[in-house]
Formats: sequence, C-alpha cells, structure tokens
Amino acid sequence: MSAILIRGIGAVSPAGWGVPALRDALEKEIALPTQPIVRPGWTQPLLNRPVPPCTTRPACLSYPRLRRTGALTHHVVASAFEAMGEDAAKIQAGKIRIGIIVCLMAGNVAYSRRFYEETLRDPASASPMIFPETVFNAPASHLAACLNSTQATHTIVGDDGTFLQGVALGADWIANGQVDSAVVIGAEEMDWIVADALRLFHPQTIHGAGAGALYLTATPGEPTLAKLNCVTDSFLFTADQSRADAARNMRAQLPSCVLREVLCPSTQGISKLDAPEHHAWLDWQGPRRLTRTVLGQAFAASAAWQCVAACDAIQCAAFSAANVSVLGVNQQAIGARFARTAF
Amino acid sequence: MLFPLAKKGSPCRVVITGAGIVTGLGLGWRTNADGFRAGRNAFRKVTRFDVSRQRAQIAAEVDLPPNPPSTRLSRSARARLSPSASMLLFAAHEAWTQSGWQPGENLPLMLGTTSGAMSLGEAYLRQAMESPRSKRRQPTRVIHYQIQREALNVCDAFGFSGPITIIANACASGANALGHAWELLRSGRVERVFAGGYDALCQLTFSGFDSLQALSADPCRPFDAHRNGLTLGEGAAMFALETLDSARRRNAEILGEITGYGASTDIHHLTQPHPAGDAAFAAMTAACAAAATTPEQVDYVNAHGTATVQNDGPEALAISRWAGACAATLPVSSTKASIGHLLGGAGAVEAAVCLMALREQWLPPQIGTGTADPACAFSLVREPKDARINVALTNSFGFGGANASLLLRRWS
Repeated sequence: MSAILIRGIGAVSPAGWGVPALRDALEKEIALPTQPIVRPGWTQPLLNRPVPPCTTRPACLSYPRLRRTGALTHHVVASAFEAMGEDAAKIQAGKIRIGIIVCLMAGNVAYSRRFYEETLRDPASASPMIFPETVFNAPASHLAACLNSTQATHTIVGDDGTFLQGVALGADWIANGQVDSAVVIGAEEMDWIVADALRLFHPQTIHGAGAGALYLTATPGEPTLAKLNCVTDSFLFTADQSRADAARNMRAQLPSCVLREVLCPSTQGISKLDAPEHHAWLDWQGPRRLTRTVLGQAFAASAAWQCVAACDAIQCAAFSAANVSVLGVNQQAIGARFARTAF
Repeated sequence: MLFPLAKKGSPCRVVITGAGIVTGLGLGWRTNADGFRAGRNAFRKVTRFDVSRQRAQIAAEVDLPPNPPSTRLSRSARARLSPSASMLLFAAHEAWTQSGWQPGENLPLMLGTTSGAMSLGEAYLRQAMESPRSKRRQPTRVIHYQIQREALNVCDAFGFSGPITIIANACASGANALGHAWELLRSGRVERVFAGGYDALCQLTFSGFDSLQALSADPCRPFDAHRNGLTLGEGAAMFALETLDSARRRNAEILGEITGYGASTDIHHLTQPHPAGDAAFAAMTAACAAAATTPEQVDYVNAHGTATVQNDGPEALAISRWAGACAATLPVSSTKASIGHLLGGAGAVEAAVCLMALREQWLPPQIGTGTADPACAFSLVREPKDARINVALTNSFGFGGANASLLLRRWS
C-alpha cells in the first residue's frame, strides 16, 4: 500500500484565518483573550473565543452557492481550500478525484437555534432559507459544489476524536483507490447555546470556533508536509471502560518519547478535565503543543487544529514525528502519529 | 489500529444474520411485514409536539411501549432514553437477539441519522429561553441530546465496544451507514459490524419541511402526477452484518446478502436533485458494478420516492435510464406511502423492507398513487402481491445531494 501523505493543512481559528495565524498563536503559548457573547435572559455575558473577522476575505468564499451559508460553512470551505492549495483548481477541473469528509459535533447550531426560535414564535413564518442550512451535511455539500466534485462526500458526527476517525476514513478511501485524494475537515461554530451548555459542566471551559483541515494524497514525488503513520483504535467510554482506561489504551498504541518528537494533546489547562490524559502521557518528556489552552474548546475543530499543529511542527520546527492525543468530551480516546517524509 | 488496517486478498461476501425494524406500522419484523402485505399506512395527526399552527399536521408516529426491551442498560439509563434512542434500542434488540451474537466483542457500530435526539435539544433551548437561570435537567439534556450518547447506549446495552461511526448525510445516512459497513466487511478487515439508521420526529425538522412547503397535508403519493409533497415518519432499522465465513463458522441463519453499494454527490442544489437525475443514476450504476449485477437481474426497486415534485421526476428518469430495455417490466415502489419519510432512518428501514420482500417473496406496495407521473417508464407496484424476487435495489437520496444505493440478494 502506498504511504498516505499530508500534502496540505488549513486552519480558521480564534487566532485568525490561515495556518500562519494559528502557528503564531501557538508559538507564543499564551491563551488568546476571551470575548463576551450575549446570553438571553442574563446580564452576565458568556465568555468565548470566536473567529475574528477576516481582514481579506478568502477568494473561495465568493462562490454563489455560499450566499446564504453561515459561519460553519465558511470555516469548512476556507480551511479546506487552504489545505488543498493549488490542487483545488485541478480538482475543479476533474483531474483529481477527491473524497470530502467533514467531522462535526455541534454542527450548524446557530442556524438550528435561530430556526427553532422562529418555529416557536410562529411556524408559519419560520424561514425556509435557513432550514436547509441546519442540516449536518450542508457544509460538506457546499464544499463539494465549490469543488465541482461528485465523488463520495461524508459528514460524520461525534465527539472531538471523530476528526481522527475521519482522517482514517480518508486514508482508507485513498488506499482503496476510491479517490486520489481526500480533504478531512473538523469544524464548529460559535453560538451562545453551546457556550451555555459547556458552562453547565465546567465553568472554566472556554468555547472556541473555527475549523482545521488536512489534505491527504498518496502521490509520491510532490512536496508534502508529513506522512500519516497511524490512527489508533477508538477506545470508547463505556460502562466497561473509563476515560482513564481509554486514554491509557490509546497511549499504549503510540510509541515512547524519543528525541525530536512533539506531542499535541487535547488538554485544556483544566486539571479536573485533563487528569486522565495527563496521567496517560506522564512518561512523555518531549515538547508539547497546547492548542486548546491557547484557542479554546471547539470539539472536532480542536482535534483538527492539533493535527494541523502536528504537521506544521514537523514542517517548520523540524521535528521527526508528532503524536496527536485526543480524549474526547464523551465518546472516545483516540490518537494519531505523523512523521517526516523524505521530501 | 483504524489506520493502517491489514488487508485480505479477495473480497468477502457480506450477509445479514439479524434484522430489527421499528416504524409507524409497529415494532418488529412480523408486524411490519404484515402491515406492508395488507397495504396499510401509519399516518395520523402528530401528537408528539404542537402542530396546530403548521400547514401539514400528519406523520407516521411510532407508538412506543412504556418500557424499552430488557438489555444490560441500567433502569435509570433506560428511563432517560429519548424517543429516538428507544426506537434505536428496539430495532437493535431485535437484530442482536436474532444474530446470536455475544457480548464482549470488539464490534464496530455504524449508524446513520440526521437529528438523533433533537427533541432533547429543543427542550434545552425552550428552557434556556423561558427560565434562563434554571439548570433543572439541562445537563442531562445536553448529554443525551448528542448522537454519540445514543450510540454508546447501544454498545452498553449489548456489551460490545466500537468504534462508533455516525454518518449524517441527510436522508441517505442509513444507506450510507450500511454501505460503509459493507465496504469494511467486504475488505475482510473485520468480520462483523452492527449497522443501521434511525430518526424520530422532532418539531424542528417537521417545521423545516413545512416551511419549505415540502410536506403534504394528506398522506403522500409518490410518483403520482399530482403529488404535492412528502409525509414524515419515524423509526429505525438495525442489521447484524458479517462475512459469509463468519456466519458459516457460527452456523448462523442467513437472512440475506448485501452485494453492492454505490454513492455519489449531486452538486446541483442543496435541496433539489439535478433534473436529469445524473447522480441517482451514478449511485445505482455503481452499486450494480460493485455487485457485478446488471439491471436486468434486479427484480425490484425500492425507490427513494419522497412524493415531492422535485425528487420523483429526476429519480424516475434515472431509474428508467439505468434499467434500459427492461424498465417497462421493472417493479418499483416507494414504501414511504405507508410509513412516511424516515430521513436518516429511511435507507436502513427501506433496506429492511427489501429484505422482507426477498425473504417472503412479495412486492411491497406503494399505496395511494392515482395517475402515475409520465416520467415513470417502469411498473409501479400499487397493490401487495406475491412475486419471485432474488435481487432488490434500494435508493436513498438526501439534502445536499448525498446519494446512495444498496443492492440486496435473497439467500436460498
């Protein structure tokens, strides 16, 4: 089987639009400032880390199909196009068959909340323009349309770790010859309803928003950032397997710490929530890239940023490999490993 | 490891050793088979939420018994189940029991759905707006609203571990979940997969389709020249899928075989298929190619057939084009005329209906259709009737252009 290569990465995050903004924020290792979001019925606002407005609107957002779309679709499309780079034109021309996999947890929550509020007020006036955008797979559909791609397009839903399942699925599609390449995107958007729900479980959790994307191929001889070594099994949080057990089992499928490797964990800097993952990685002596501490908790998007940071660290900081560890909010512990390629 | 996976040589055959179904016609295989055979429909006024201000007011609701089936779930966990989780559990229980599978397996779970326990999300929002400072029951709603929690319930109920994959490709979700499971089994990298799809009625979705004026005020009439919209339903179907080698080793009863799966994306419009039905044609063609089956060998097509003006015409054209010379005699029906459109559950439930037809040798009818759309160059099945069928194809086409076709074969 050919190696699965990471040809490109993309990111939209509270640090800004694009991977350079993400890189800068992670290098500073300082949590980005929070911003208030209005919560109806409260005088005290909720704190979160939204995506800042883009200073220069990405050209890919000018497709007519995106006219009525919300932030989630914009995050998905912008991060995917950044990851695909010049290959986007080849895909649009039908020269590269691409599989699209969008990974979500909360999904199109802003339009869903808005549509349901309209329904409660008066169903006769609930907007037919909004409803189609509430469907989980709307962003994937729009991205496929922008790419003129009629190949398989999947939206998979679950907790943070679902992004790594998406990476494994994309790699599988390429390895099976179903497609030539795959773009895997983890995305979430900002809304008071999610920030409010997060507050119920831990007041220190700061909701973030955005997307991260990996562009996978198997074509050798082209510049690549990294190689996908493995995605571990998904260790579920079940009645028979605690979060701590799941984290340990995931850790056991990734190698011991060696020089010139980096770890990108899913810890948020909240000791109570981080404890199982922290204990699983006690043996790790190498450097860490703490994406969530800096950017906030954005579920699938956070896991995607971890992978983007891992590939970027291999490329820019000359690490020989990077391990990604994800202890999701309520489904699974799962990990991945990326390694330097010869190119 | 999820990647890389060790591969086996030649493709494996994928068989069904357990099937469970819940629809508005009732719970379980027998009730549903009898309902289709009798040409019943399950439509009535919606009781689960207020529809008094909606244009359309009927759907095919499921009557859920007060207690879910007895499984490993604790009493408190069973008490917290949302309607969608209950339907999923009933279907899973029937399939699991029939399969003879044992707890403790490292078994992948593939599910398709569009909205999971949306009713809990709706309750959360209502309380958050009406009583902003009250947290009563809100954490429970957040936890159990999430689709992965419903999937984990299934794992806990029967004592197996994942991975869990939840596909949300709108109305093709259930078919995609079965197709994805088929691909995994066919490659020989796993021996068993528990797979299916489900969706329960919820106010957001009902109001959404009503706002699009896609709902009919009367029971839907797929492929009718005067069709005026779909009717929603709810339910679930689950399947125990395994390689033929695995089933034979266990000496399990084989109910049928999945032989092909095809998927494509229609990029014409978010909510409307391309008028020519190219993506539908591509999905059906791909499913047949994967199964090395020609359209002439297909004895029955369970169409997506939503009864909307926009869907049925392109699908009719696609079926006719795909069937070619044999179109005129090809039996086709949309069983949404009996149980409504189950959205994320539709693909899995309609695969179960195909399996019933293959097992019991009858054609599921499409009741209520008057004058057929002229685009239907095939034979619409309007009455239940006995028939010799060996191969059935089922179509599922969703919002966003997610298209999937599955091919099932009778096991004899």
